[in-house]
Amino acid sequence: MSDLSSPPTASPPLRVTVDLNRCQAYAQCCYAAPEHFALHGREALFYDPAPSASARLAIERARVSCPVQAIRVEEPR
Amino acid sequence: MKTGRLFEAVKDEANRADPYPLYARLRETPVSRQDDGTYVASTHAAIASLLHDPRISSETLPPSERPRTGNPLSDWIVNPVKNHVTNTHRPFIFRDPPDHDTLRGAVMGQFTPQRVHAMRERSHVLVSELLDKQAGATRIDLVEDLAYPLPVTVICEMLGIPREDEPQFHGWATQLASALEPDNLGNAEARAANITTFDEISTYMAGLIKEKRRHPQDDMLSGLGGKAGPGMGEYDLIATAILLLVAGHETTVNLIANSMLALVRHPDILARLACEPDLAPRLIEEMLRYDPPVHFRTRRALNAIDIAGTTIPEGADIVLLLASGNRDPAVFEDPDRFDPDRPDIRHFGFGGGLHYCAGAPLARFEAEAALVALAQRLTHPRLVDDPPPYRPGAALRGPKHLRLAIDGIAPGR
Amino acid sequence: MSDGHAVVVGASLAGLRGAEALRRAGFAGTLTLVGDEPHRPYDRPPLSKAALTGAVAPEATLLPNLHALEAEWRLGIAATGLDRQARRIRLADGATLPYDRLLIATGSRARSWPNPAEAGLVGIHTLRGRDDAASLRRALAAGPKRVLVIGAGFIGCEVAASCRALDLPVTLIDPGPAPLARILGQPVGEIVAALHRALGVDLRSRTKVERLEGDASGRVVRAVLGDGSSVETDLVVVALGAVRNTEWLHGSGLDAGPGGIACDEAGHVLDTEGRPDRSIAAAGDVARFPHPLYDGRPVALEHWGHAVAQGEHAGRLLAGAASGAAYAEMPAFWSSQGSITIKSVGLTQGADSMVFAQGSPKEGRFVVVYGREGRCIAAVSFDSARWLPAYAERIAARAPFPPIRGGTDEHSLAVLAPDFPEERTAP
Repeated sequence: MSDLSSPPTASPPLRVTVDLNRCQAYAQCCYAAPEHFALHGREALFYDPAPSASARLAIERARVSCPVQAIRVEEPR
Repeated sequence: MKTGRLFEAVKDEANRADPYPLYARLRETPVSRQDDGTYVASTHAAIASLLHDPRISSETLPPSERPRTGNPLSDWIVNPVKNHVTNTHRPFIFRDPPDHDTLRGAVMGQFTPQRVHAMRERSHVLVSELLDKQAGATRIDLVEDLAYPLPVTVICEMLGIPREDEPQFHGWATQLASALEPDNLGNAEARAANITTFDEISTYMAGLIKEKRRHPQDDMLSGLGGKAGPGMGEYDLIATAILLLVAGHETTVNLIANSMLALVRHPDILARLACEPDLAPRLIEEMLRYDPPVHFRTRRALNAIDIAGTTIPEGADIVLLLASGNRDPAVFEDPDRFDPDRPDIRHFGFGGGLHYCAGAPLARFEAEAALVALAQRLTHPRLVDDPPPYRPGAALRGPKHLRLAIDGIAPGR
Repeated sequence: MSDGHAVVVGASLAGLRGAEALRRAGFAGTLTLVGDEPHRPYDRPPLSKAALTGAVAPEATLLPNLHALEAEWRLGIAATGLDRQARRIRLADGATLPYDRLLIATGSRARSWPNPAEAGLVGIHTLRGRDDAASLRRALAAGPKRVLVIGAGFIGCEVAASCRALDLPVTLIDPGPAPLARILGQPVGEIVAALHRALGVDLRSRTKVERLEGDASGRVVRAVLGDGSSVETDLVVVALGAVRNTEWLHGSGLDAGPGGIACDEAGHVLDTEGRPDRSIAAAGDVARFPHPLYDGRPVALEHWGHAVAQGEHAGRLLAGAASGAAYAEMPAFWSSQGSITIKSVGLTQGADSMVFAQGSPKEGRFVVVYGREGRCIAAVSFDSARWLPAYAERIAARAPFPPIRGGTDEHSLAVLAPDFPEERTAP
């Protein structure tokens, strides 16, 4: 993404990683934050590792609703 | 009390308001044999292990037997055919793979994130309308005024059930949900009532699905109606539609009512939610741990299972005491404390494994809309009865009424 | 001891999680992380999948930091030597770093094409780091006429599947009898082969690439195969596995080589005499340690979850907060190829038998269980992840093989030979 697309004051993105060993494709994150998590096929989870800070609440919903607690998030400090 | 009688006490309505001390006693033996031959799994580890064990079957419903009518045509031809159909086309909550996977897959294909998100928006509107209706009241019954009508409207709109047909489902749904209560399975009268209800609701659904095929709309039944075919026959489709409707009626009501009960008992957290609505997602996960809508599910052992020092024999009924695993001190520090700031809540509020609640995302959104609005709009809510009266179920457990005295309802934001 | 100077060499997943664990365990001294790449720690699994299809930008994969580090970062500077007597690390820029506790997490690098002249042709790629992924992504986005992937291990298979997701013609070549057969055995390898053929991959098993040829400008144009035939290609991905980064330890007196750095059960590194150095631990791909689940057989695991778990274990160990118990995390990995997800628990190495336990290989959804000398040692699922925890428990308990009978959706349980190809090496 080019620097022009984000205003100079934009917060840095969140950092997300999913432990895909733990993931069992319950897909709760895909409902909580459909723009940032999606299943390909039955079990292959694709996710956005750097969602914008404005998606904070949706990502929080995804993180807490994961039945196996596989999602780790760092919020910009 | 003897360990072998503890689960009997769990089912006793006298213990409905607070079964948790009994669960603590049960956890002393992670998998305990009850005097009636049932095995109860009560620790987090034992439940987690069994939920993923392929030797656990969900095909636990006794065979359908329509009562004799005296009419030979019914007794020898029509009813045996109906019994056969009912037995071979159970809804997927009572099915094992591969059939379970096929049926559930078809439903999930319709239960899209987009559709669920549309219902999230809709939940906010519905909650507002329901609360506006109570403007000026000084007393509300949270169950009748909000916790019940919200999920019913949501599931009916998702499925595409005409609004004017909603009222007749109340009785049907309550009757069919009783199939999850173990004592009703062995009770001939309750089984007969279930079969009658099932036949009525099946007839209704068959008609509605036909109508959806003629005039498809943007709803789940229209989508599923086009799916009948290999793996998803007409009867499977009807059974599936009934399951979704009943599940939508009987569970989210408990989540919302149990949550509000806990919040009114913890006014500091209720006040915090009002000014910090972003707390809701975490708070709801803690609710699903602390006082979940479904306390246990039953399974059957397809083969002998050695677990936690016990051997569950082949054919035994197994109770997965989900709500007890949620209070296991081996996993949750100070488990009896309601604490929305708890990290890493791995609860069984929606079960786990293959049968993880299909409607979980919808239930979460509905609960979030309801709880945030209640926290922000009810002025000084107090419990009229503590504990409140409970519905009879021990498995699907929640207040029958949750009467709140209030000083007013603030206008919606 | 909660102060002093801790150094973590290797700024990737194991190093980051190790550093966090040191801090979480109360280490309050100076903490320095050294990394040979100029980047903060990033996540590798997306690099062979979403980063190649363009769904995720390679530079977006920075790992979340899960505990305040208060660390000094020395990035873009490789460690070049270790002096254990002086407790000093030499860096590529000539500087030295003193330490009183050291975590070695230098990982591994992609094995390059053995012929250096051919490897230098334009259009030859390997895939390990974020810059590799960015460069390969650019090359794929430019629309190559045909991609040639050499090596049908996990990376090779994932790259081939990603090419098909981009609708690019791709040839996947491997000397083995079937893709992944070295890890999963031939019966499962055949299923993977069918999966890739169904994706439209031109799969050539039991085939060797003899040489790579370039044009006058030094750009790769074809691969000549063992049978004399050739494949016209303008983009080659060499996926021949990894080489452990242990060369910098030459002369340190540690037992380190191509097989990794030898460690004891706790995770301390061993010198060439087999004595532990209690100020140094190793974690991740580079650590070779005796796994209690496998009778103490030394293993070095290139798995994501292992990097996390062993990194955290080593961090606690160096902080003096470890329980003293041996590191015994259950090995586990995943791979997604096309829309299929393969997951594994335990280690298949040394398996003498296997069964299709559940599900249907025909429908691409099943669980395979591996046994050795009558015990259950590993299980692999294709799109059936929710059953794996049951098998992981049986593996941990060293349950008899096959461990579960009479379950739902049971397959035949007929015992098969895994038929690992001969040239099987350590995982």
